[in-house]
Amino acid sequence: MAKKVPEIPNASMADIAFMILIFFLITTTMDVDSGLERRLPPPADPNQVQTDIQINERNIFVVLVNAKDELLVENEWVAIKDLRAKAMEFLDNPKNLITLPEKEVKEVPFFGPTEIVKNGVISLRNDFGTTYGAYLAVQNELVAAVNELRDAKAMQKWSKKYVDLTEDQQDAVKMIYPQKISEAEPKKVGVKK
Amino acid sequence: MSKFRIDESREMPAVSTASLPDIVFMLLCFFMVTTTMREVTLMVKIKKPEATELTKLTKKTLVSYIYVGQPIPQYQKTFGTEPQIQLNDQFANASDLLSFITAERAARDESEIPMMITSIKADEFTKMKIIQEVKEELRKAQALHINYSAKKKVDLK
Repeated sequence: MAKKVPEIPNASMADIAFMILIFFLITTTMDVDSGLERRLPPPADPNQVQTDIQINERNIFVVLVNAKDELLVENEWVAIKDLRAKAMEFLDNPKNLITLPEKEVKEVPFFGPTEIVKNGVISLRNDFGTTYGAYLAVQNELVAAVNELRDAKAMQKWSKKYVDLTEDQQDAVKMIYPQKISEAEPKKVGVKK
Repeated sequence: MSKFRIDESREMPAVSTASLPDIVFMLLCFFMVTTTMREVTLMVKIKKPEATELTKLTKKTLVSYIYVGQPIPQYQKTFGTEPQIQLNDQFANASDLLSFITAERAARDESEIPMMITSIKADEFTKMKIIQEVKEELRKAQALHINYSAKKKVDLK
């Protein structure tokens, strides 16, 4: 008769499981990465002839950031906390001022004919010496300005936040407030050689 | 009152530990599901900038990371204190980015390539010069969808 196989003791099972648990606690992370999402423009075509596109002065919102992280918005020294309001005013042009971008009546789904800013572009230019933190703060404010306007529009029409709208509704709001942020080649003033 | 008399002969039974392994395994499974493996050991110091308009990077497998920051003290002897780019587990130049992106693309399924996101994790105090180089290279590599990694700003209003 075969010898009886002794049962494996399972008293140490808990210890082994604890060891694996601790290993996983150490080697893994729980944080969800988040960040500011942007799209880069496609690379410039070298064959393309540089054409000067004449954009009316009033249609550009110039934001300059220098090497000391100071802001110059539309030739005016501005603190970062005031940037959002300024950008919102530019993108919306509620009083139809001549200094702010032209408006045009356009047929927008859900809204019908609406007066929207025709081609307002935010132009952002930073210096090589600008810190990344300041650059991101500016980007954040500009994106926030657009998002705030969209949220307000969505609230007014559907009493919902922009993110809660359906895709078609979002597209309509997007048409009214497009996110046009162009980044120019930076200046090389504030770089130590 | 014999009803409430404490029986001296009976002892309090020990708590059974038979279910302990099960409990621990349950914890283990929880952690295995909710966490992700650390991908690289950071060789640069990164203090993320703060922002409010954040989007979450949900599809971890589609994200490639670029780290930019000052090398940590143990590497400062060889690499200096100027901000460096770290790709995977080594320092790199901006010119290496093209091959990095190509390699990242090759590792993914073809159908997933258009959905890939490049996450730039850079230190708050890095100068824009190096970030600009990274951006230029990414444009050349056609990796246009990027994400500037940032922390949620705590609003004290």
